[in-house]
This record gives sequence, C-alpha cells and structure tokens, in this order.
Amino acid sequence: MRENETIICRCEDITLEEIRACIREGYQTIDEIKRVTRAGMGPCQGRTCRLLIAQELASYYHIPIEEVLMPTFRPPTKPITMGALADAWKESQGGADA
Amino acid sequence: MKKGYDIVIIGGGIIGCSIAFELSKRGVKDILLVEKRFLTAGATGRCGAGIRQQWGAELNASIALESTHILEHLEEYTGYDKSIELHQGGYLLVAYTEKEWNQFQKNLEVQHKLGIESYGLTPQECLEKAPYLNLDGVYGGTFCQKDGHANPFHSTQAYAKGAMRQGVDIETFCEVTGFRTQGGAICGVETTKGYVETKMVINCANTYAPELAAMVGDEIPVYSERHQALVTEPVAPLIDCMVMSFSRSYYVQQTPHGSFVMGIGPKEEPSHNFHSSWQFLEQNCAIMCEALPILRKLNVIRQWAGQYDMSPDRHPVIDEAETCKNFYSVCGFSGHGFMVAPRIAILMANFLTGQKDSIDIHKFSKTRFKTGDILIEPSVV
Repeated sequence: MRENETIICRCEDITLEEIRACIREGYQTIDEIKRVTRAGMGPCQGRTCRLLIAQELASYYHIPIEEVLMPTFRPPTKPITMGALADAWKESQGGADA
Repeated sequence: MKKGYDIVIIGGGIIGCSIAFELSKRGVKDILLVEKRFLTAGATGRCGAGIRQQWGAELNASIALESTHILEHLEEYTGYDKSIELHQGGYLLVAYTEKEWNQFQKNLEVQHKLGIESYGLTPQECLEKAPYLNLDGVYGGTFCQKDGHANPFHSTQAYAKGAMRQGVDIETFCEVTGFRTQGGAICGVETTKGYVETKMVINCANTYAPELAAMVGDEIPVYSERHQALVTEPVAPLIDCMVMSFSRSYYVQQTPHGSFVMGIGPKEEPSHNFHSSWQFLEQNCAIMCEALPILRKLNVIRQWAGQYDMSPDRHPVIDEAETCKNFYSVCGFSGHGFMVAPRIAILMANFLTGQKDSIDIHKFSKTRFKTGDILIEPSVV
C-alpha cells in the first residue's frame, strides 16, 4: 500500500503518510491530529477518517481501538445553510418581519 | 516527568506554552508544563483565531501591536517547521450608531499614539473593504490592514515544540489536583500522574485559574463565560478582512482555508459550559445574514463552545498569590488571550528572570480592583 496515495480524510485530502508522520511526531489523539492536519474538519465531520485514524493510533501505541479517545461529535449533524437557520430564528421570534 | 522542577506551568494553551518558550529561551531550563487534556484543548483551540491591534485601551493596543510583530515571524522565532497561517487581511470594525462612531474616533487617537496604522471609513469605503456588507444602518467604520488571522493550533505548537527543544518537559493528560506549601510558599504540585516538587507555579489555566488559585487561598476576580462559534464550508475568497461590530455583537472572518469562522456575544451567566446550543446556531445565522446577506448560501459545517476568562475590566490579571509565595496566576484575558500571548509571555519571562521591560507588569496586578485604578476597555465582542 502506498502511504502517499492512500487518502484517509477525503474532505480535506489528507493521506495515510501525513497521518503516520503526525503520530511519529508524538501526537497521541484524534483531536490533536485533527487540529494539526484538518483531518475530520470537512463537510462529513470525520465519518470516514475518524475510525481510520483511530486504527492507526491503536496499532502504533499497541492499545485496543476502544481506548483511543474519540473527539467530540459536534452539531449540526449534516451541513445546513445559514439562510435556513436565520429564517428559523426569525420564525421563532414571531414571524419573518419581526 | 521528573520528581521535581524549578517551575511548573499549568495549562497547555497559548499562554502556558509561550511562557514556557520565553523562560527557556532566557536560560531557565528546569520547567514542567502540565495540561489536563492535550495542547490547545481549552480556550486557545476554541477561539476565533483573530488578531487585532484596534483596541480602545492603550495597554491592550500596545500589547496586541507588539504581539503581532512576533506573530509575523513566529515560525522563524520558534523554529517551527509548519506555517501558523498568518493572514493580515485587516479588521473592519463597523459602527452602527453615532455613539459608536465617536468611541471609534477616541480609539483611533489611542492607536495612532502607538503608531498603529488604523483609519476611519465612510459606509461606502466599508463596502470596498468588505464586499457584500449590508450598509443599512452603517454609520462608518475603522480599518487596520495589519489585523487578521493566525492558526491557534499551529501557533501553540510552534511555542510548545520550541520550548521542548529548549529543554522544557510537557506532560499532557495530567490534571492538577492540589498544591503543597511550606512556610507560606509553594513547594509542590499534586497531579493525576503523581506528586511534583517545585519552587514556583505559573497558573495559566484560563477559566480554571481562579479555582486552582483558590486551592492556595488566593482570590482572583475572574469568571468563566461561554462563547460559541461556528464554521462554514470553504468557498472561494469573498471577503479578505474580519468584519466586526460591538453594538450588534458579531464577528466574522474568512480563513485562509476558505471557511468562514464567526460568533456573537452572549448574555449568559458564568459557567464552565462547553456544550453547543441550537439557539446560538439560529441566532448567530440571523445576525450574520443581516450583516452579510451573501452568507445565507453557505453551509454550516460545525459549531463549538469555549470559555472567555472574563476580568472585570477586560484586561489580564497577572499576579502572585498574596497567600502563597511563588504562586503566580496569568489569566483574565477576556477573550483576547490568543492575540496578546506573545508579548505577555515576554513580559512574564522578563519579570521572573529579573530583566527590564518597557511595560510595568504591576499594572496587571489584581490590587487594581481594590484601589479602583482599573483599566477600561470599551471594545470587546
């Protein structure tokens, strides 16, 4: 498997090579790798890469995958336009013209 | 982690890491930095990533100005092999009322005295700086090109990695649970990873700093306030500058990555609440789409919450505990710790190593709240 051609985070184009380099550098959690590389910060919010990164951490540190700390799952569950949210606020405040 | 260190720094955010870097740069080598989770897990990693010099109080403005000078070459300064993604696209501060406009004129006077290159704008000139800005109700604005954005994660890593190269030990997932004192001075720190002897503690735990200080009997008038933010999907460059309003209480900036990061000022009771709210998501979007209608089309990707460590006058509190010698707290940054950290770290390191500094550190002493000699900052979201 070519590490530099294997995409782990498809939203942000982060390769296996980059993830492994981070882990070798001493980063111990998905949260840290997310902050340094942006892996998991794209539109899907880490649905694919979160577990793949967890596997890498588990194998590097020789720990069961359940022991890898999961990042916080943040709202909204799926992308939603600011316009729809703005309208919802106006509606809850008593009509579009309020 | 050894059994003892000369100095223990608590908190792995930008404040703790930059102080560790500046102290070790001055030859103070025997330092341990402890962080209860991972670096930038607290306020630094949750902040709006803005840097600005357009402050209304001279002390805030001068510290922010000198911090920007350091951020402009932080990679070289700390030996960091990645970029801190500094982008000086400017801050546009929008005035919606005459009162606000008049305050801005006073702020400009303060800034010009320090050599900050800020200036006033007509509504039309505001539109040139921030295309798509809704000019309804816009009275004018001020602008400074040197303001902008830096990546808080990379900036903190730059300091942390530099500090480690200079001999500092960093212990993550290590929570402080107590302190030991002897003869009225600090002598040790209890942590979840064991006891550490020390001669000095520097408490940089942001909103948890008052609670830690209370363990040695010190009282710091700083409280925690939840602020929320959200980020959109990345799009092509639309607006180069940060757009910010105090009266309508919003800020929004497109990052170099293409996403927009934004937030609104809350009216909340003090708490350590780290949860996101649905109400923020909707209200923020309503306020932002009113100011910049083009944002209506953008998808929100993620929202989060963090804490401002609010001090009564919106200036930091840097002081030794009256009840415990060699226990220092550096907190109360009131939502702008990230952008002033580089200069604050130099100030603190100069003070602790007995070197001269152009800023008098005692101005940040908490005695100002008793003497009434407080520092007023009119411009905070």
